[in-house]
Amino acid sequence: MSLATPALLPLADAFDSFSGAIEFIFTERETAGGVGGEPVGGLEQIGDLLWTHIEVSALAVALSLAIALPVGLYFGHRGTGELVAVAIGNAGRAIPELALIAFMAAFIGVGLLNVTIALAVLGIPPILTNTFVGVRQVDRGAVEAARGMGMSETEVMRKVELPLAAPTIMSGVRTGAINIVATATIAPLAGVLTLGDLILSRNVVGDDGVIAGAIVVALLALVVELGLSGIQRLVTPKGLKVQRASA
Amino acid sequence: MLAGLPALLPIAQNGDGFVRDPGESGTSCVAENDTVCVGWALDNIDRYVTPTLEHLELVVLSVGFGFVLAFAMALLSHRRRWLVPTFTGATGVIYTIPSVALFLLLLPITGRGTTTAVIALTLYTLQIIYRNIVTGLANVPEAAKDSGRGMGMTDRQLLWKVELPLAVPEIIAGLRIATVSTVAIATLAVFAGAGGLGAEIYNDIDFKTGIVVCGTIAIAMAIAFDALYVGAQRWISPWRKVRPV
Repeated sequence: MSLATPALLPLADAFDSFSGAIEFIFTERETAGGVGGEPVGGLEQIGDLLWTHIEVSALAVALSLAIALPVGLYFGHRGTGELVAVAIGNAGRAIPELALIAFMAAFIGVGLLNVTIALAVLGIPPILTNTFVGVRQVDRGAVEAARGMGMSETEVMRKVELPLAAPTIMSGVRTGAINIVATATIAPLAGVLTLGDLILSRNVVGDDGVIAGAIVVALLALVVELGLSGIQRLVTPKGLKVQRASA
Repeated sequence: MLAGLPALLPIAQNGDGFVRDPGESGTSCVAENDTVCVGWALDNIDRYVTPTLEHLELVVLSVGFGFVLAFAMALLSHRRRWLVPTFTGATGVIYTIPSVALFLLLLPITGRGTTTAVIALTLYTLQIIYRNIVTGLANVPEAAKDSGRGMGMTDRQLLWKVELPLAVPEIIAGLRIATVSTVAIATLAVFAGAGGLGAEIYNDIDFKTGIVVCGTIAIAMAIAFDALYVGAQRWISPWRKVRPV
């Protein structure tokens, strides 16, 4: 490091921070600043936090889907409530994440269930709006043909509208899931120890632990995004792929 | 196992700490912290002015830089179509990284403060703004471009006098989404040590009145920006409705 010019020093420091963080992920160490207590870092602890992070995120995505999907399908199928569906999607973006989690913790209480509900609040708007829009965009001819074949309204929704809207719905699920995974980072403020616990406990884990938490959270988000875009490709009906390729 | 008391954590401390000032109207209400102390909030509304202005600064700077950058990228890829997937992919990957993580990953490089927050928030705006400019330019009818060429316009004139004006609704729709999202995400800028409404919440995370006041200001700011864009769009291109992409 003695050869580093002054201009490069910040970069050298940054390199030290990141290599320290990587070390933190793989090896246990004493707590920072001599606060005592259990050792921190290492794959076991990171694994525990990572698991809770995935668990609460998955629950929140599932809850968002359970609420937003039927509602979006129903209103999309009937073709009513467009203004409301779009307004919910827009309003969802305006929810300040930190205020949401703090509100939940202060007014309703801490714990897995409450955090799941708070995170689902972020997941519902994009899924609902995309489901509605996706169903509305389904070719009316296809719907009429299905009715002509004698399908009931439920069958039309399940066998025609849902598959044809699947790619659009999945893109809403991606948006919602990414926001949920990101916001689950501050879930420790409401008593659920996700990877954000490393980020929020600098006095215990030290700077290396904070950066390690940030690295693992970022990787998790990228993996979730990759996985969901894979699923999105899988659920895209063959006919739609052909249409897109020729368009 | 590591759950600490958030108020003790150094990451969000602004130096002088946060002391609830009971004031005259809310002594017991603020101390008990059972409910939202409306009277206290109204009497002490001035303490929220600085955080609001800091928040506003973060949003305006980030969306401003984001727009300039995304606009440059869109122009660059307009005649070099092969750049579009690259830019879309790159901005998409950045957008995926959770904001808290990005703030902290930038800390060792750019240090604590507004700069770090603005860099991260700017990067987040790129995906939406860039995508909307590209979509807007792609949606310009061939006929309009042909008429322009028929009038003897150069490519440059065509871009500035025909294509960009016709893409205004999509561009503004992108700015709307980016700005509203940035107002919300900027509450997390406290993790970059950048102040704003998030710091006001975080530094006294159990204080119900503070949470509600700051949350309300943030949502009101988002709504105000939204209205501003709708107005601007009607004024600039009255012939089309704004439709978010």
